[in-house]
Amino acid sequence: MIILAIDTSAIASAALIRSHETTDGDPGAPNDAAVLASFATEDTKSHAEVLAPGIRALLAEQELAPGEIERIVVGIGPGPFTGLRSGIATARALAFAWDVPLHGVMSLDALAWDVLAAGVPDDGAGAPGADGAAPPSSAPPSSVPPEFGAPEFGARDFAIATDARRKELYWARYGADGVLRDGPHVTPPGGLPAVPVYGAGAGIYPEQLADAGATCVHAFDAAQPTAASLGLVAAARIARGLPLADTTPLYLRESDAQVPGPRKRAL
Amino acid sequence: MNREAPLVLGIESSCDETGVGVVRGTRLLANTVSSSMDEHVRFGGVIPEIASRAHLDAVVPTLREALDTAGVTLDEVDAIAVTSGPGLAGALMVGVCAAKALAVATGKPLFAVNHLVAHVGVGLLDDGVYGGALPAGLGALLVSGGHTEVLRVRNIARDVELLGSTIDDAAGEAYDKVARLLGLGYPGGPAIDGIAREGDAHAVRFPRGLTQPKYMGTAEDPGPHRYDWSFSGLKTAVARCVEQFEAAGQPVPVADIAASFQEAVVDVITSKAILACREQGIRNLLLGGGVAANSRLREVTAARCESAGISLAVPQFSLCTDNGAMVAALAARVIMDGGEPSDLGFAPESSLPVTSVTA
Ligand SMILES: [Zn+2]
Repeated sequence: MIILAIDTSAIASAALIRSHETTDGDPGAPNDAAVLASFATEDTKSHAEVLAPGIRALLAEQELAPGEIERIVVGIGPGPFTGLRSGIATARALAFAWDVPLHGVMSLDALAWDVLAAGVPDDGAGAPGADGAAPPSSAPPSSVPPEFGAPEFGARDFAIATDARRKELYWARYGADGVLRDGPHVTPPGGLPAVPVYGAGAGIYPEQLADAGATCVHAFDAAQPTAASLGLVAAARIARGLPLADTTPLYLRESDAQVPGPRKRAL
Repeated sequence: MNREAPLVLGIESSCDETGVGVVRGTRLLANTVSSSMDEHVRFGGVIPEIASRAHLDAVVPTLREALDTAGVTLDEVDAIAVTSGPGLAGALMVGVCAAKALAVATGKPLFAVNHLVAHVGVGLLDDGVYGGALPAGLGALLVSGGHTEVLRVRNIARDVELLGSTIDDAAGEAYDKVARLLGLGYPGGPAIDGIAREGDAHAVRFPRGLTQPKYMGTAEDPGPHRYDWSFSGLKTAVARCVEQFEAAGQPVPVADIAASFQEAVVDVITSKAILACREQGIRNLLLGGGVAANSRLREVTAARCESAGISLAVPQFSLCTDNGAMVAALAARVIMDGGEPSDLGFAPESSLPVTSVTA
């Protein structure tokens, strides 16, 4: 099957992914998903202009008729609101027009995929691209219900961070197995856990992260979530029979609107 | 492309209404609107981010309903149309992205159109006073929460000229601000229009902005703002007036102030619009925008048009407020006029000038 993946949580990107869905949720099944074609912008401000022409070009390049897209997945953020909505509005309208299933994937998962694909060492000596070795760790608990407080994870955990503007980061913490442990959140850089931090968000605030005990991983300090990786995340989850999210955006912040107070009377 | 009577689907998302309309040539088939107005009430005005969030969730359901109402499928549509400006940037973005996606999905041409001109286009549908035809000497007076303009329309598809506009607040915005001063709630238009009926419109003489000779000049030698409006001074005058009553420990005569404010707005809007019509050879005036629902504005515009020998057309109210049918109606005009579709790479433009009928 062919999946169209879209992400506009930071840069604008789209990708066509081919995968086989014949395994029916067998967790041991090989995941042979591959990226057929993709495009990504460098800037984070041109989503509404470039996304639709970019998708049209991908379809043309792969000589795909609209009916050959069987699924759409879209990054649901977190990300700056207007850009984020560009991708979700596009994905929803395409899914309506083509009458195909539509799913959401948390955008930071796409970058976590890239980090894992670059190879997290399994000896606990450090994460890929980390500056220096991380301290040895105990095995992370498989799951800790949040009501028991903040769980203590092993040092092989890592975080993904993207630019949330207003001197804050969108971030999430992952285990070395790629399972989301905590987040997504939006906080100042000082709010991140003391783990290696990957992504363009880390590259903006290396000193503040260091002050918080976290480490900016320089090999990834300009990396952004991409639709290509987002599509691979979705294909892997589908192959393993795992559920995908709907396309509700992860804004994480309220609109800035203030309810006006009562007018001062002239007395 | 069918240029005789094109089946056009139009999407509007420039402010707080998510609209999808369908027309075939000059015939209206569907006009579906989802409004986020209720979500803005407690803020006393449209909050762009709240409107944008609402557009994202409303656009596909509104699209589905409009197609159902029209009894057509997306496949049958000849062209997609969308408002590309003017309007709130983040709000425009949602409609533009959805419309572009539909164009990619279906391979249909996409027409990006001007919201203000679309307000005129909707008045030229079959059921309107002009019976689908474009009358000669056509002008338009657009009054809403987002705009106050008088336009000359030589060719709705490609030749529209701005004669005058507000240089600060839109008339509807002034209504909202004054309603808040008077404790009348949001939206201000209907609230003030309602209570003004109980008040004396001549109780307070509020200023008519930009009417002094230095702004007006003469017909032969027009001043810098002959056909322009300004409502910020009026709003300040109302605030002063309310403060004077409060400072004197007297009850604020809300109905009188509302009526006097409304009289000032309506008087200055209509006198300048009629002046523009007279001097610019406009014989047919179309009134559009959400404030066209205001009873006093309709009354005075009708009376002044009549004494000036100008025919007045007011579309039905559901077509005066922002909607998708107006977008489809204008795009259909552009197609019938031989216009070419927009390049898919266009960007929404929050201050798109009225002279750009298409983007
Ligand atoms: Zn409008």
